[in-house]
Amino acid sequence: MNAIGENAMGVLPYAVAGWLFLMGCYGLATSRNLIHAVGCLAVCQASTYVLLLAIGYRRGGTAPVFSDVTPGSRPVVDPVVQALVLTDIVIGATVTALLLSLVIQIAKRHRTVDPDELSELRG
Amino acid sequence: MSRRVRAWVLVLGGLGFAALFAAACAGLPHFGGDLHPYGDRAVRAALLRHTANAVASVNFDQRAFDTLGEESILFGAVLGTVVLLRQTRDENRRPPAPAPVAAPVRRYARLALPVTLLIGLYIVAHGQLSPGGGFQGGVVVATALHLLYIAVDYRALERIRPVGLYEVGDAAGEAAYLLVGTGALVAGAAFLANVLPYGTFNTLSSGGTVPVLNAAIGVEVACGVVVLLARFLDQAVEIEDPPADAPEGAAK
Amino acid sequence: MSELPVLLGLLFVAVAATATVLVRDPVRQSFLLSVLGLALALLFLLLHAPDVALSQLAVGSALTPLMVLLSVRKVRRRARDERREEQA
Repeated sequence: MNAIGENAMGVLPYAVAGWLFLMGCYGLATSRNLIHAVGCLAVCQASTYVLLLAIGYRRGGTAPVFSDVTPGSRPVVDPVVQALVLTDIVIGATVTALLLSLVIQIAKRHRTVDPDELSELRG
Repeated sequence: MSRRVRAWVLVLGGLGFAALFAAACAGLPHFGGDLHPYGDRAVRAALLRHTANAVASVNFDQRAFDTLGEESILFGAVLGTVVLLRQTRDENRRPPAPAPVAAPVRRYARLALPVTLLIGLYIVAHGQLSPGGGFQGGVVVATALHLLYIAVDYRALERIRPVGLYEVGDAAGEAAYLLVGTGALVAGAAFLANVLPYGTFNTLSSGGTVPVLNAAIGVEVACGVVVLLARFLDQAVEIEDPPADAPEGAAK
Repeated sequence: MSELPVLLGLLFVAVAATATVLVRDPVRQSFLLSVLGLALALLFLLLHAPDVALSQLAVGSALTPLMVLLSVRKVRRRARDERREEQA
């Protein structure tokens, strides 16, 4: 395999993480519906998962679980970043629930979920 | 802010982020590299404490205090959702009429419910050995219960799901985590230190406090998710809006 | 090339995320969110993170889309009720 391909693969996962974040932000800023905006925020969250796990990856490594691998026989990928991502996924879902319940309350009070109409109401 | 100004701010921010992020990534070790100082140390510590699943060891032993913070966020988010989605005084509750369920769906869900429940409990119990643990298993258990909604109807789900009890369970899970941590203090070690005997490597009772904390998290996550879904289902299926001429609408 | 699966997984995630943002209807978005959850779970598995993949599978492909759908139903029901009142 050539060096250029090697280099491209070396940064591609980071580029994907950055792309997810930018796309999520674009969706958040242009959304016409608060429920859609919450979905875009979930895309932003996913970018951090990809970034962290990409940093922890090791070529030729295996999962850091030793119930069927003799310790020391194979290199393993980084368990610390995995632990961070693992908890954040579940926490992220509950925070998404909190945001969605805020949206439901907004819909109840103002009878709209369009952010533009909401700022007109206030002004 | 007009739509055009917002678009410009977005473009500027996006370009700025892209430039800074690219510069930062240029300084990161390349994807798949061999340099993982924290990972290597965490694996060594996990093996010293007889925990086969290094990720569980990081979550519930080496960084247990951090997980306490995480689960407090979870607890707070569930609490906030419960408060926001409660039934207000001007809202009516109309229980949905039972709907017929196709026989194959019913059969499938009846079969899948106990199996899924069992898998969820297995995942919680084996968190220190194989991939899994309280966070994942809790979500599986909670979603398994909702197969009853698919199999029978909403009322059957409500019967096996006294929400108040699950709210207590959520708090009990959080409290159990704190109590295990305080128990370490009583034993003369640091808060949340792993004070229990480490056990035999790769058996169900290995890992010291890891399986105990896993169970506490499992209870909290399962109950929390059940409560969350119950509130959302309540709002979507049962609770009706006040009529448009209600005082609240007039006050706007 | 040994990293072809990871490459494909990354591209799958990027495409799914782009589609999730670009689809404007929340109901269709919730479907794409669960596809994105599945894509992420697959990628995590390829990156040797089975713990994370399990978590993502349970949360991303089932729980989050379900809550989005229930919220849509609540908000739409309100809009529908109002329209009915206006007609009456």
